[in-house]
Amino acid sequence: MEERKLPAPEPNPETAPYWDAAKNGTLFVRRCAACGRAHHYPRTLCPFCFSDKTEWQAASGNGTVYSFSVMLRAPAPYAIAYVTLDEGTTMLTNIVDCDFESIRMGMRVRLVFKPTEGGAPLPMFTPA
Amino acid sequence: MTIKGKAYIAGAFEHPTRKAPDKSVAQLHAECAKGALTDAGLTKEDVDGYFCAGDAPGMGPLSMVDYMNLRVRHVDSTDTGGSSYLVHVAHAAEAIALGKCSVALITLAGRPRSEGMATGTAPRPGSPAQPDMQFEYPYGPTVVNMYAMCAMRHMHDYGTTSEQLAWIKVAASHHAQHNPNAMLRDVVTVKEVVESPVVASPLHRLDCCVISDGGGALVVVAPEVMKSLGRPRVKIVGVGEAPKGQLGGDVDLTFTGARWSGPRAFAEAGVKPADIQYASIYDSFTITVLMQIEDLGFCAKGEGGRFSADGNLISGTGKLPFNTDGGGLCNNHPANRGGMTKVIEAVRQLRGEAHPAVQVKNCALALAHGTGGSLGTRHGSATLIMERE
Ligand SMILES: [Zn+2]
Repeated sequence: MEERKLPAPEPNPETAPYWDAAKNGTLFVRRCAACGRAHHYPRTLCPFCFSDKTEWQAASGNGTVYSFSVMLRAPAPYAIAYVTLDEGTTMLTNIVDCDFESIRMGMRVRLVFKPTEGGAPLPMFTPA
Repeated sequence: MTIKGKAYIAGAFEHPTRKAPDKSVAQLHAECAKGALTDAGLTKEDVDGYFCAGDAPGMGPLSMVDYMNLRVRHVDSTDTGGSSYLVHVAHAAEAIALGKCSVALITLAGRPRSEGMATGTAPRPGSPAQPDMQFEYPYGPTVVNMYAMCAMRHMHDYGTTSEQLAWIKVAASHHAQHNPNAMLRDVVTVKEVVESPVVASPLHRLDCCVISDGGGALVVVAPEVMKSLGRPRVKIVGVGEAPKGQLGGDVDLTFTGARWSGPRAFAEAGVKPADIQYASIYDSFTITVLMQIEDLGFCAKGEGGRFSADGNLISGTGKLPFNTDGGGLCNNHPANRGGMTKVIEAVRQLRGEAHPAVQVKNCALALAHGTGGSLGTRHGSATLIMERE
């Protein structure tokens, strides 16, 4: 089986702090001070109330699996997933470092970072 | 103001090719245009509005108007993926109602099969400026694993089974056996679908649509133009559009934009789901059909599996005859965009020109629904209701 190579994310001025935090082992969520809600992917203007009073918040790194799928038709199978963070927002990610057969809906997971090819590491999750 | 009764579909053409290594994409568009105009009894000189989406090469309408040497006074290149062509019918009806054009030509064509495109199984990078790209592409989203996550969640929330999903492919294959141009003409069983290899859990190879070259075209005309033609009259009576995304991170994979576009179309047409005699439902995957059937109101949310099972979608025996050409699941999915063929088969049904083995008796009211993009991330949704006059 081939080893899976992860493409590097390409940050822009709006998202650079998110990836800088990732390099330091922190997952950021973006939270709005006006309506109080967290969102993902991060934006400057809140996607719920359009306020510009949004700020970075370090996530706890804990979440639950909202849905997942094991991609078998691939050089190296992998598990894509939506994980709902304890902070209240849901992100696209991968479930890693486990037997894919053991992944369940609603399973508690915790943050890990995986290196990419020449860029910031990617926040992923593994069974808690 | 409404588009109800303001425009008719006078011409429809599905290119017979399913593999076209010897043709250009522009050529396929033009061949489809010629086919639809001939079907309507019109000529290129009659066209005064042109519509195309992202499959058109170069600068879309500019390149294709130039290639076909059209003289038009209205163009529209709205691109909502595979649902674009239903949106184009709606926009053509709106433009005709406002007097901006009277003969609107809509074309689609592509060659993903000849080009060897790994349509569903390889992650496709977009532009780095696409706001979602850095947060999604590195994780390996493909068409199939993103739809698979919708299926996984539907199974979890509603108890939907792989066997119920398989019935959708089975029904499509029952229809495709009568279509000489269909890519997959063999009738398949539930067992064959669920025993085909898993591509992305829980979806199997036979839960997926075909990859085909080809295309199609439609001609939408004003009432006075329709009256001058000898063709059966297919009147546009209701349209609805709705994009849906990840809702700012409040991701909900259990419903589609059809929940919003469907009621808009039904309200404009003044009809109910139970009145529909034939439905073309976008079928990139079996789960796509199941979720849209629920969201369009043909059954309650969560009941799509039970509703689709036991041949209920098969023409002649089931309550909701769907995709009687074999659909994207068995017949054709030109340019990876199935919206065009959805409208074409609905037009055939309303004219009584479907294959006799699948023709719905006295079909007077039909629906076509399209999805474009991905139900797992962001997608366009468009619903069209048509009536035989
Ligand atoms: Zn807000």
